Amino acid sequence: MSAVFEQIFQVGFLAAIIRIATPLAFATLGEMFSERAGVLNLGIEGIMLLCAMTGFTATSLSGSLWLGVLVAVLTGMLMGALHALFTVALGLSQHVCGIGVTLFSSGLAYFLYRRIFGQQSVPPSIKGFQTLPIPVFSDIPVLGPAVFNQFALVYMAILAIPLAAFILYRTPWGLSVRMVGENPRAADSAGVIVIATRFQAVILGGALMGLAGAFLSMAQFNAFTFGVVSGRGWVAIALVVFGRWDPWRSAGAALLFAFVDALQLRMQASGLGHIPYEAFLMLPFIFTIVAMAFMSRNAVAPSALLKPFRREER
Amino acid sequence: MFRLEVRTSTPAWFNLVLPLLAIAATLILCSGLIALAGANVFESYGVMFTASLGDSYAITETLVRAAPMIFTGLAVAVAFRAKFWNIGAEGQLLAGAVASCFVGAIPMPGPLAMLLMAVAGAAAGAAVALVPATLRVRFKVDDVVSSLLLNSVIYYALMALIEGPWKDSFSGYPISPPIEDSANFPVLIEGTRLHLGVVAALIAAPLIWFLIVRTTLGFRIRVTGENPEAARYGGIHVERVLISTALLSGALAGLAGVGEVGGVHFQVMSDISPGYGYSGIVVAMLARLNPLGVVPAAIFLAAVMTGAEAMSRATGVPAFLSDVIQGTALLAMLVALLFTAYRIRRVGAIR
Repeated sequence: MSAVFEQIFQVGFLAAIIRIATPLAFATLGEMFSERAGVLNLGIEGIMLLCAMTGFTATSLSGSLWLGVLVAVLTGMLMGALHALFTVALGLSQHVCGIGVTLFSSGLAYFLYRRIFGQQSVPPSIKGFQTLPIPVFSDIPVLGPAVFNQFALVYMAILAIPLAAFILYRTPWGLSVRMVGENPRAADSAGVIVIATRFQAVILGGALMGLAGAFLSMAQFNAFTFGVVSGRGWVAIALVVFGRWDPWRSAGAALLFAFVDALQLRMQASGLGHIPYEAFLMLPFIFTIVAMAFMSRNAVAPSALLKPFRREER
Repeated sequence: MFRLEVRTSTPAWFNLVLPLLAIAATLILCSGLIALAGANVFESYGVMFTASLGDSYAITETLVRAAPMIFTGLAVAVAFRAKFWNIGAEGQLLAGAVASCFVGAIPMPGPLAMLLMAVAGAAAGAAVALVPATLRVRFKVDDVVSSLLLNSVIYYALMALIEGPWKDSFSGYPISPPIEDSANFPVLIEGTRLHLGVVAALIAAPLIWFLIVRTTLGFRIRVTGENPEAARYGGIHVERVLISTALLSGALAGLAGVGEVGGVHFQVMSDISPGYGYSGIVVAMLARLNPLGVVPAAIFLAAVMTGAEAMSRATGVPAFLSDVIQGTALLAMLVALLFTAYRIRRVGAIR
């Protein structure tokens, strides 16, 4: 009997890790594409919030979950384009613009949500994504129910990781992205249109941030609250650094953080944790800061990160 | 035909005109949201103005709200002058609040308590800012990301405190015990909340201006920011200047937290700062990193925040408009700054 209990516990725990990791994986991959092209997007926190709001609203009004996801993705692309307009086309400082985009999009998210739904004592909710077991695979012991009995968006995140790696390392466009992030001058000489490539990468990043936001409000919480993102965007910024700007490592970092977070939730629920749960939530940030100190010596960050490109300046 | 030209210098009146231009653009852009919410644009902005600057009580309320943003605005302005990218004013503010709350809860004579609160808060803020600065100087770690990530670390540390050892055992609320009554900052005008910390903020701005413009340290900070190579060549120890800047910047942000604890909340809770650290970036950019400009810029944002609540009650436009205005103002200001780098000149007309 206790063996069965233990197994359920493990399956539930594994499934929780995967669920927590999903929005982080989307967000981290999104931020990674942007940064690999040389554009730091600190707007991520606000963009995720705005996408969570627009996706939720679209679903709430239309009843269609996938329409909501589409709206969230389009919102993310639009905000990515906005950030790129400021940082790539106009060459304004990326960190200040990013903070501006975060302030603007989170303000807009709150404003529109309150305008559309008014002030309600119980926040409106939707019937969010349901788990979609994959036949045969979901029957695999332990791993099956944890990995193959999840939301459709979870499968998308799992597929997004190899896809991102493939795009970045195996396609001409991915090569262009890496070139404009490392040496835009050389890329320009080689005939790559730096501005366009950076725009595309930041917009693709925004789309992935949109998926992250959509997952939060449409699969994880099935409602939009003002704390729906609560720092997950900043976590993604940390995970990109921790994952050394690589899709596989970044996704691995997201999984590791999800493990720590799930553990923390378990300990809180079981009530036997003497360590405050905040200590766990702090970990990814502290680890990243420490890791940055060690990594800086072998300079793994895209060389042109934070540097605007102006063709006429030679 | 028009052509963009690189500007070599900018006239002084730009410092005044560009922020006003950005604010005007912001208000015009955001009027679209007011219209979307079905309210009259002029009425809404009118309510916003009268509720925040229309009478003397409203002005005191706006000043109380401006005080923390003056401090964080100064913190960011000083840091950005040296190109130390301190995005961590939020965390430094929280650290300052926690430290001053610790000190303020110790029974001692009022004036001494207030002085020590300020010292402790400034020291705590400076200590936090020292981390990204040291990492940058020693390990060449990017200060944007490290200072940003520290905000989350400090926030969770604060949460651990107020949900742990500081938790109100009677009510169970996650709030710190209040500071001693004698440590509460004196109110300067009877019947308002205008406290000593507001005056401190208003005095700090010209002091920091003097420091930046007239002292050796200020000169070093400016040269380090404008041209670190030249600074080094001229015998300035750039690393040391960056550390000093970080300490000053962090201390100023810490003082923002001190004012909130000593003059407004008298204790620490999770939402003691509604993002004043990030607002400091908006303030500093609107002020074009000029410490004197920080005061009107902070008052503008504070007026928008206090005014938005009244506007919401009167017209039904969500008060979150103030958040949108903040973000839009920052972006508009950045675009306006392009005028300092380029000028538009007519060409081809003369032939």
